[in-house]
Amino acid sequence: MNTIVCVKQVLDPEIPPAKFKIDAEAKQVIPPAGVPPVISVYDERAVEAALRLKDKHKGKITALSMGSEKAADVIKHAIALGADDGFVLQDAAFENLDSFGTAYVLAKAIQKIGEYDLVLCGRQAADWGAGEVGSILAEILGIPVITLASEIQAQDKTLRVKRIVSDGFEVLEAPMPCLITVGSEIGLPRLPAGPRLMMARKKVIPIWRAQDIGAEPTKLDKQNAHTEVIGLSVPTRKTECEMITGATPADAAAHLAAKLSKLI
Amino acid sequence: MDNRKGILVCGEFAEAKLAPITIELLGLGRKLANELGEPLSVLLMGSKASGLTQETIAFGADNVYVADDALLDQYNSDGYTQIAANLCQQALPSIVLLGHTDVGMDLAPRLNARLGGGLAMDCLALSIDPATQLLASTRPVFGGNAHATMLAKSARPQMATVRPKTMPPAARDDSRQGQVLPVEGKVDPSAIKVKVVERTKEQVEGVKLEDAEVVVSGGRGIGGAQNFAMLRELANVLGGAVGATRPACDEGWVPVRLQVGQSGKVVSPKLYIAVALSGAMAHIAGCLGSKVIVAINKDKDANIFNVAHFGIVGDYKEILPALTAKLRELKSG
Ligand SMILES: Cc1cc2nc3c(=O)[nH]c(=O)nc-3n(C[C@H](O)[C@H](O)[C@H](O)COP(=O)(O)OP(=O)(O)OC[C@H]3O[C@@H](n4cnc5c(N)ncnc54)[C@H](O)[C@@H]3O)c2cc1C
Ligand SMILES: Nc1ncnc2c1ncn2[C@@H]1O[C@H](COP(=O)(O)O)[C@@H](O)[C@H]1O
Repeated sequence: MNTIVCVKQVLDPEIPPAKFKIDAEAKQVIPPAGVPPVISVYDERAVEAALRLKDKHKGKITALSMGSEKAADVIKHAIALGADDGFVLQDAAFENLDSFGTAYVLAKAIQKIGEYDLVLCGRQAADWGAGEVGSILAEILGIPVITLASEIQAQDKTLRVKRIVSDGFEVLEAPMPCLITVGSEIGLPRLPAGPRLMMARKKVIPIWRAQDIGAEPTKLDKQNAHTEVIGLSVPTRKTECEMITGATPADAAAHLAAKLSKLI
Repeated sequence: MDNRKGILVCGEFAEAKLAPITIELLGLGRKLANELGEPLSVLLMGSKASGLTQETIAFGADNVYVADDALLDQYNSDGYTQIAANLCQQALPSIVLLGHTDVGMDLAPRLNARLGGGLAMDCLALSIDPATQLLASTRPVFGGNAHATMLAKSARPQMATVRPKTMPPAARDDSRQGQVLPVEGKVDPSAIKVKVVERTKEQVEGVKLEDAEVVVSGGRGIGGAQNFAMLRELANVLGGAVGATRPACDEGWVPVRLQVGQSGKVVSPKLYIAVALSGAMAHIAGCLGSKVIVAINKDKDANIFNVAHFGIVGDYKEILPALTAKLRELKSG
């Protein structure tokens, strides 16, 4: 079974809120010094989902990332985890694309790769996270799509997917090839194995430019952007927090209980 | 510039009742429609929708589109996308609003992929931009650490999913008039590529997290599944429910349906007790609507204290048992 996983490199979303700074004028986030970018959380889960299928059914996993040259790091991360191959999609024309532009570039690269049974994406990118690239990509590729998978099983040419919904779960079936987006419900990703880590580090990740994948300039024209960010702000909500203390923790707890019992 | 007009709300209902999010969207949609001087429509899908048309009118809709088709009785992505896309191509709404719910999260991006509009997901605020008369949608980015406001300058329709419980529900006025319009065309069964083979409702013991008036949530600092018993005990005393952060769910300490936050559930209880969780923006996104937030954390600099009304700095293991015991005593006294 051949799987393509789309992985995005993002600013680490786990930096403490106090360190998070923006340039409101430029509508950009200022990456704090010394914090390396990471693979987007859900994309790492998508890699994990691909690996679990490979554990069972063999086959090949190819990782794709559109971004800067540094995006090679997330491809290497995927390879260290167990992916076989990967490509970075980098071109000045790919910078600051919206969801439709991103999906178009990924689709062109996937069509260049050619044979695949499954395309996996994260449910949403952890940075600008529109949560829509997967659905647009499937529409361009003309394949069925299942969002927010928590478990994926393959049998012959059929995929069986469990999704968790707010009051339970559902099980869906789709023919391959298919696109599936993955949420954290799929479970924790494995850790990279030592020898693979070394191998991945040394690997040269090919870079594909617009012309390599036959991307048409009109499709990458920012004039055609479907959405545009007109404002960026950091939400401020500072509540006056009344700190409850006591001679012992149990004392403090009793004071808190007294306050709360008046509220409820 | 174009002949598109009006706002379309994709409605949701279950067991002959409109979903709360749909009533919220109708309230929001009515406000925006009045501002634009354009009509508000709602789309109801499924063979049992006709019983709800008058109600949506009472909540503010001018037009109710009914797609009466048994193939739409259960949400299925392909069928819903097909019918909603057809309607959008015929009725040409300028704005389409959906709930950021199980349905909306799946349907909105698919619908937009087909229509080529401009979509903003999980919006917290929507308004009409005075300069352009376009829909300005504000949504969390970077895990909620920032809010971005977006416009769709030329792509149509302008689409947004709206986070539940962020908008006040529409006021009901049973004297309102509106028209009911059937949606032309049925679901093409051959277009349903993804089949729903099972749908299981999980029985929840006690109070449902979304409806609870008190929520006691635990984070990574709880340290293990068995320690959640302490939170359950406190929740029981207060007649509330237990919630959790993503790491606590990831570790399998509690089921994922208890996750509160941007990618989990949104709760707005009277009292939210946050235990051993740092208060990452993506978590807080799910509980900011709470009347009172209480934080228990051993790190005095944890972000949760920036949004809490009451806080105790300390080890929850030393605090919770005493808190639970004292509340039990006060309640019975
Ligand atoms: C796009 C996106 C979506 C996300 N969606 C969600 C979501 O829906 N829900 C969610 O929760 N997260 C979500 N996250 C993750 C979020 O950013 C944080 O990683 C997460 O909320 C942190 O969980 P935590 O507070 O349990 O863990 P930590 O941040 O590790 O905090 C643990 C806390 O426990 C305290 N502690 C430890 N031991 C004790 C003790 N004995 N007594 C008292 N305190 C103690 C520590 O001081 C610390 O503050 C999302 C992230 C992204 C990028
Ligand atoms: N630049 C990118 N490179 C590779 N994959 C991407 C990129 N942008 C988005 N994706 C994929 O699409 C998913 C959804 O992204 P988004 O719609 O931006 O939230 C991500 O989780 C990735 O799997």
